[in-house]
Parts: sequence; C-alpha cells; structure tokens
Amino acid sequence: MPDSDVLVEIKDLHTYFYLTEGVVQAVDGADLTIRRRKTLGVVGESGCGKSITSLSLLRLVPQPGRIVSGEIIYYRPVSKDTSSETVDVVKIDKLDPKGSEIRHIRGDQISMVFQEPMTAMSPVRTIGQQITEVIILHQKVSKSEARKRAIDMLARAKMPRPEKVIDDYPFQLSGGMRQRAVIAMALSCHPNLLIADEPTTALDVTTEAQILDLMRNLQNDLGMAIMYITHNLGVIAEMADEVAVMYLGKVVEQTDIKSIFFNPLHPYTQALLSSIPHLDETITHTNRRRRLNVIKGMVPDPYSRLAGCTFHPRCPQMIPDICDQVEPKNVQANPGHMVRCHLYHDAVGS
Amino acid sequence: MPEPVSQIETNPIQTATMRTLAEGELTVEPLLEVLNLKKYFPIKRGFLKRVVGHVKAVDDVSFYVNEGETLGLVGESGCGKTTTGRCILRAIDASSGHVWFKDPTLGRVDINQLGKDQVRTIRRSIRMIFQDPYASLNPRMTLQEIVGAPLRAMGIAHGKEIEDRVAEMLTKVGLRPEYMRRYPHAFSGGQRQRIGLARSLVLYPKFVVCDEPVSALDVSVQAQILNLLKDLQEQMGLTFLFVAHDLSVVAHISDRVAVMYVGKIVEMASMTELFAAPKHPYTEALMAAIPIPNPTPRVKKILLTGEVANPANPPSGCYFHPRCTYVKDICSAEDPPFEEIAPSHYVKCHRARELSLTGAVRVSL
Repeated sequence: MPDSDVLVEIKDLHTYFYLTEGVVQAVDGADLTIRRRKTLGVVGESGCGKSITSLSLLRLVPQPGRIVSGEIIYYRPVSKDTSSETVDVVKIDKLDPKGSEIRHIRGDQISMVFQEPMTAMSPVRTIGQQITEVIILHQKVSKSEARKRAIDMLARAKMPRPEKVIDDYPFQLSGGMRQRAVIAMALSCHPNLLIADEPTTALDVTTEAQILDLMRNLQNDLGMAIMYITHNLGVIAEMADEVAVMYLGKVVEQTDIKSIFFNPLHPYTQALLSSIPHLDETITHTNRRRRLNVIKGMVPDPYSRLAGCTFHPRCPQMIPDICDQVEPKNVQANPGHMVRCHLYHDAVGS
Repeated sequence: MPEPVSQIETNPIQTATMRTLAEGELTVEPLLEVLNLKKYFPIKRGFLKRVVGHVKAVDDVSFYVNEGETLGLVGESGCGKTTTGRCILRAIDASSGHVWFKDPTLGRVDINQLGKDQVRTIRRSIRMIFQDPYASLNPRMTLQEIVGAPLRAMGIAHGKEIEDRVAEMLTKVGLRPEYMRRYPHAFSGGQRQRIGLARSLVLYPKFVVCDEPVSALDVSVQAQILNLLKDLQEQMGLTFLFVAHDLSVVAHISDRVAVMYVGKIVEMASMTELFAAPKHPYTEALMAAIPIPNPTPRVKKILLTGEVANPANPPSGCYFHPRCTYVKDICSAEDPPFEEIAPSHYVKCHRARELSLTGAVRVSL
C-alpha cells in the first residue's frame, strides 16, 4: 500500500521516439513520486527527458513518440476537499490518449504551465475567452459565471486590473503578465496537480521572483501539488520540497531538498552543483573565486546506446568492469533518499 | 576635439579619472571611457512617418573600463544594455555623447566622431560575442570561412596564413583544427559558442563586448565557457564588457558591475560592494530576487511590484520612483544626480547616503 499522501506515482517509465534515423529513448526508466500538497522539483539539462516525462503524465506525447512500458498511477482524491483521504486509482498509462477520461483529467485535475506563454495561448482569442473556455468545459456553469470566476482567478494571480485585462489579447501583455494569465488559466478549475515546465526561464529576475512567490501562495491556498521542471538549481532551492535529478532519460537521484544540496550522492548531482556559481560563495571568497568544475566530456548522441550506467564515460568515480557493464539499480541509500549508482547499496531492506 | 569646460566639471566619471591621475593612483587612463552616451530611437507614426516621440534606449550613460578588467553590465529586458554595447562598437550610431577608446593604432579617440575608415581600424581592436550560438553563425560557411572572415575582411592575412591562424584560434578555444572544414550544424550549442569566440578573438582585439554569451547554454556547458573566457582573458590580455541578466554569472566573472534601469546606470561599484552592500533600491530588489542554490531559509525578500517603466514614456524625476519602497516627494520631482558617494562607488539616488540596504548574502536562520 502506498503512502496515503502520494498523488501520482511513475514507475519505470519508458517513452521512446521512433524516427527514421533511429530510436530516441527520451525517457528510459524514470521513477517519480509526487505527493499531495508538496512540490517535486525535476532537475536536469537539455535532453534529459524531464519535459517528455511530464507530457507522458498527461498523455500528450507528440508523434512519433509513445509510452513503451511502465506505469503512471494517479491516486485521484474523490472530492476536491483536500482534507478527504478517499482515492480512486487511475492508471493513466492505460487510458486512451484521445479519450474522454484523460480529457476530464487535463485542465481540471492535472494542469500544465509551459515556458513560453505565447505558445500556450491562442493569439487570436482574448485572455478571457481562453480562460472561460476551460471553466465552462469542466465546471458546467453559465458564461457570466465563468467570466466572474476567470476575473477572480486573474486577481488571485495578481494581474493588474483583471476586469480590463480579461478582454485583452496576449500580444497586448508583457511576458510577466502573460505568464500570470497562463497560470490563471491552469488553476481556474483548482487542480490537484500543477505541472510547471520552466515557467520562469524566459522572465526577468524580478518578475521571476514575483511568479515564484505567487505559485507558492496559490499552492497553499488551493492545497495542490506542483511538479516543477527546471535546470535552475537556485529556483529549485526556493520552490521544491523534494527533488528528482534526471540524466539521459533516467532519474538518477530523488530525495528531499536539504539532502540534495547538502548530501548529494550521485556523481552527476555532485558535478552539477559544483559547476554553477554559488552567489553566496562568490561574494564572500572573492580572492579565491574558484574555477567552476566542469563535467568532462559531453552529453552523448541521443541515438546511441551505452552499456552499463549511462553516465559512466563522464563519471569521475567510475568503477571499471562494473559501471561500464552493468546498469545500476535504483536503491534506497538512506531513508527517503533514492539513488541509481553502483557506489551505493540498499541501506533499508525493501 | 577639445572638451567644453562645463562637461569636464559635471561628469563624475571624468572628474574621478582626472583626480586619480593627478594623485598618481591610476598610472594609466581607462581603456574605455563612455561619457554622457545617449541613443534615442524615433517613434514614427502615420502615413507621413512623423516623429511623435523617442524611445530613450540609452539615456545619458557614463562609465569606464580599465585595461585587463571585466565590467559587468546588468539590467532587465529593455534596460539598454545591449544597445550600449552596440554603440561602443559603432554597430549603431549614438545620438550624442563620447566613447573614448585607447586604440593601439589611432591612439585615444572618440569612437563617435570617427569616419568610416577609422571605424574599420577600430574594429580590429573592439569585437563582440553574441548570445545566440545558433543565429550568429552563417550555416553556409565552414568554420574556416567563419573564423577566417575577419582576417580576410581586414586584409590582414591571405591563403595558407589564414588557415594557420584559424587552426591556432580553434585550438585556443578547445576545438580540434580539423573541424575547420565542417559546417556549424555539426556542432552543439557550447561548441558553436566556442566558434563564435574564435571568430571574435582571431584579430587579437583589446576589448570585447560579450552580449549574454552563456545565457542560451546548459548549466554545465556555461561553466566550460566561463572558464574559457577567464583563461583567454589572461592569456591574451583582454578587457571585457560583460552584458548579462544572470546575476550569479555576472558576479562570478566581473571585477566591477554597473546596473542599468530604463536607459540609465543607477549604480556602479566593485562586484563585492555592489552585491554585498548595494546603495540603490533597484539593486537591492535585484539582489533579493536572485534564486540562490541553497535551501537554507532566509530573511523575507522585498518584491518589486508593477512593471518596468516604459522607455518611450518614462516617469517624471527618478525613473524608478513609482516602484521604489523608499520613495519621497523629491523622487518624483527631480532626476537624481549620478554621484560618487564612496571611492569608485557611483549611485543615482536622492537618498543613497541615508538608506541602509540589504545585499544578496542574507543572514540565514
């Protein structure tokens, strides 16, 4: 029996793209746990599979990709009242991607916010038209009631003058305002889970700070979980309760926020942390402003398949004859700390 | 051309430079000295294309860069930092102001006053690195053609010599010389940025404007390129103007930093002073907004409300006053002076001397 606070569990997910040039194993064995009312940060660089994982969750994987194997289990709360514990078990991987069941989940129970707010919204319809469409679709209310709820949501998203902006087109708004509109659209039906894929990367730092603050407050008010995807470790430190690190389609480490920063176990996580400038160190140790540690080598060709651990050619702690031959299993090195690496063994019997 | 006397007395940058020269602290003048630079873009409306206003992209900017150092230029979208970089190169013509540069061939000249031929000469010594590694390389040219182009354009080298110098440059930036026969599409983002770097440095310039050189790259690739920039700066004696919006990166690579807001520099100081003890409220807000990769809880942030001011229709007095936590009546009435309030620490704020602001390194609980 899983923990009663688990909302979504992804087990050994494989999502592949079948191209004429070969097969791209975009997600190649991902295990993730998203808990109710908590934020899971998913960290990784380009090509690690974090975006495809989230698209797989919502069955939005574009052609020629498809989920090949694995499970996506959604423990849907029977009522939106967040104190209730009763759940329905929904196997999302088994649903018809074009069917009505998944379409009832999208937008209403699991919502998504993307990096580029312009591509998420239609340029030829007003903000109001787009938000009310979502509300009417899922909540079966009148147009005037939907408009009221849309204005309310925009106000909650701290949009200046929401009753005026609701009739504007996306091009009339700044980047920060568009992102607020998209957030309002995503949250209009009070979903249980919000998936945010790099929502602040395209924004200025002060606007980013406002949007992050907004998301934290809305999370508290609405009691929802967030799956926050980014490559920015600073943002992760601000937003996440738990973190999963991805490399080449696999989750290589998952643990709570403090452990990932103060006790990273996987060599890739350690390398990532030491390759970024840490502002607090930079300011206090100017004389020894350190050289950033680089991860040797490059991310391999997406069509190539490596024997053993996918990180081994770049790993400073590679064990010959083991790491290059045998794929490491996901083990619990410490309570609540999963890692996929031969350096560690299961500390807690499973 | 001789300077009008009144300008010498009002510009704090020039006064400071001349004072330290007199006192003997600075043994050389700065490599680059920008004074009262302005770039206004006209807004044209209607059938007759009448000018109805101006976008004040760069609005009276003054700063200096010493030889061998890196000046970081930060600010949010639309603050004018990229336009400033372009004016320095004469890629666009400024509306007014001076850009004094110590050119190895021409001596100390005002770039804004140069004729076309002299600008060509300057371009051997001032180069630019661009942000987008995908857009800044011509996909129809081989690496040899790309990196060799400046040599060919300046008539500096021909034939085999170009090949040799391209090979030397590619090696310097960490690429194999054999790659010179390939086309850009064969390379990753990080490698393309190295190619762009090779092209900018092949003439062994003195001054390089780096316009967001690592923003488009993955985190671990950023580290490689930043390390490379630092190494090359040392090896080749380069001076950088590092334009960026990622403050952690700017702190890592810069000796001094200038902060821009809607076309003006609001603060300029050494990196540690600016980040640890800012004197302008906007700088303080920027510092509070930077996400730091450390989950230890910190003191509550100040968050800026509202949006960045419109450079075509800026607020009265201090451009920042509508969003400022510390605003007083004088702020909406008068544009604050750009003053040196501590050695080499310049601020544009009426209340700079009385405010006590928080830096980026906040006390942890």
